[in-house]
Amino acid sequence: MADSTPTQPLTAVLPAVADPDTPRIIVAPVTAADRVFRGLLRGGGIAVFVITGLIALFLVTRSWSSFRLAGWHFLTTFEWLPGTRHFGIGSILVNGIIIAVIALLIAVPIALVTALFIAEYAPVPLRRALIALVDLMAAIPSIVYALWGVFFLQSRIIGLGRWISDHLGAVRVPLKVDNDVQSSFTSSPFLAGLVVSLMVIPIVTSISREVFSQTPQGEREAAYALGSSRWGMIRTVVLPYGRGGMIGAIMLGFGRAMGETIAVSLIISPVLYINTHVLQHGGYSIASLIALRYQDSTPQVISALMAAGLVLFVVTLAVNAAAGVIVTRSRSGLQTAD
Amino acid sequence: MTDVLPAELGEAPSPAAAAAPQRPAAAAEQRIRLRTFTADGLLALLGSAAAAIGFCWVAYERILPLTGALGFWLLGYLFFLGVYGVVTAIVWGRRAVVDRVVAAVMYSTGLLIVGIILDQIGYTIYRGEPALRHLNFFTQTMAQAGARDPLTVGGVLQAIVGSLMQMGIATAIAVPLGILAALFLAEVGGRMARPVRSLVEAMTSLPEIIAGLFIYALFVLSLGFERSGLAAGLALTVMMIPFVARSSEVMLRLVPQALREASYALGASQWRTVWTVVLPTARSGLTTAVVLGMARAIGETAPVLLTSGVSPFMNTDPLHHWQTSLPLFIYDAVHYPQQSMIDRGFGAALVLIIVVLVLFTIARTVGGKAPGELTRRQRRRIARDLYATSLERASDASA
Repeated sequence: MADSTPTQPLTAVLPAVADPDTPRIIVAPVTAADRVFRGLLRGGGIAVFVITGLIALFLVTRSWSSFRLAGWHFLTTFEWLPGTRHFGIGSILVNGIIIAVIALLIAVPIALVTALFIAEYAPVPLRRALIALVDLMAAIPSIVYALWGVFFLQSRIIGLGRWISDHLGAVRVPLKVDNDVQSSFTSSPFLAGLVVSLMVIPIVTSISREVFSQTPQGEREAAYALGSSRWGMIRTVVLPYGRGGMIGAIMLGFGRAMGETIAVSLIISPVLYINTHVLQHGGYSIASLIALRYQDSTPQVISALMAAGLVLFVVTLAVNAAAGVIVTRSRSGLQTAD
Repeated sequence: MTDVLPAELGEAPSPAAAAAPQRPAAAAEQRIRLRTFTADGLLALLGSAAAAIGFCWVAYERILPLTGALGFWLLGYLFFLGVYGVVTAIVWGRRAVVDRVVAAVMYSTGLLIVGIILDQIGYTIYRGEPALRHLNFFTQTMAQAGARDPLTVGGVLQAIVGSLMQMGIATAIAVPLGILAALFLAEVGGRMARPVRSLVEAMTSLPEIIAGLFIYALFVLSLGFERSGLAAGLALTVMMIPFVARSSEVMLRLVPQALREASYALGASQWRTVWTVVLPTARSGLTTAVVLGMARAIGETAPVLLTSGVSPFMNTDPLHHWQTSLPLFIYDAVHYPQQSMIDRGFGAALVLIIVVLVLFTIARTVGGKAPGELTRRQRRRIARDLYATSLERASDASA
């Protein structure tokens, strides 16, 4: 009808009784099939909650006896003697954090620069291949990295470790190695951190690359129009825009580094004191504690391991959730609008 | 400096400009050629690299009391950046120094990443190849061989079978659940979507060992089942669900909103829209998500460490007895002092990497396309249909 009378003014079509300012209320009929369908999808969403809840529930119930036995001292005790009252993760937690921090110190600069390279510098045809390569790096099993660390890197890194210890050890105590024989430089937190960093790099790279590539094109061009060089543009536009995403990515990387199991348990030689001499053998982490000790499976040991696992679960879940919130906010609701 | 414009733009003379009457001043104008790489830029790079290596050799080998190849290249790289900065200052002026040096750092880090990945794969191939040379590595189990037997006896068939079965169990459970959760996030939304999304993101980097510990607590300690292939598969499921959910949601979000609206406008209900429009459009992306999830699952060691165990025997029954998987076999084999056992470990690692690479290639070739992008065959079919309808119309008109 509107086609046949294009010249007719629009008001004439409207019924005279209707107030033109009142919007119509649109009611979409929801069929029974749709209601069932939505319920099914909602069930899928709830399932994630249920699984997380079940993990927490079972770790708590299974570790309850240990917590009752050791109390709050579980978090501060250095010994690991389940069955007595003297067991805890005081040194293990700190040693794990040391490894994670070393991994981040190595991984974060490399990952951020790689993300910038892929998003800003790499020739466009290469970009997709590089993204696929970083994805592949994330898909390589951690045991392969661990083998590389133990059989390839371990013997070759001694020279570097000795050089750092000799020349910088006097200035920075953590870099000192006490007993200068070759075996002192093996199984060190530094080596473990180096291998773990290879697993952290793809996570930090892919998340920060995603955020960098969402920088508004108009603002980039504005920076160029003001006479900025490419690095100037990145420094003043891309990096500030991606700050939240970078922080979130680093936190997610920390969560990954804290939870890495196989590489750490293959490389490290477990000790129950806090080893701050990062180039010297000896270290631990909660994940590798569980992997190395689950075979002494008396009920007390298992319960104590569950307690350690609960601490790891809570720490990583908190760090990851906070990181997720930061990343989501940094995208300014672009992709996450409900 | 920018590579937004293709280089040909600067070179191809536009016909309009050639046809216009030329003013004498315009003839002297020189076109700026937009290029990322120029001859003097390349020479400056190569020259700086040569100078740095030479200088570093003198300093490292002759003057400073240092040894080691790694240190040499680290120091050489720092020298290179310094020399390149100075060269830039001389040739392009001081303002370009930071920009050029940063660009050099960027490119070399990109190369470093490529190098790391090639090194990982190359080293595994180098160490694993001796074991793979013997066919019995794929056809026999370790039940026929002890640790001290040479590589001509025994193999990892039981681990390959175990890995595939556990991956199958995990895929069968995790894919429907993960895609349901992703559909919930992308299609239903609402107030509950935000916490679910945060939780999914947090669970994606859940420590692997926690998944194993959880299934051990639930399945083995509380429900009284034994450590078995099924338990290992369930532990992998816990790892896989958030991964599939997260990457599927990203793929579902790429489906254009207009397609959904078109479907609703035709009177379709929501489930029909999802089933006939959203899911088929996102099919290639969802396949990528699933296959990448499978690649992730088959490589996990820590979850299966607690929930299954290492056994040299073939076990195709996931409900009873330990079922070895490839990562578990590797983890066990490299603890042996015998060289042949370590070789077997590396051989299994090579098999694992090959499986991951195959899955990865499948994911890329299937899912390399954007949603709605058609394959060549689909395009051809559409063209054929269009041609047929146009023929019909022509015959209708003539009739």
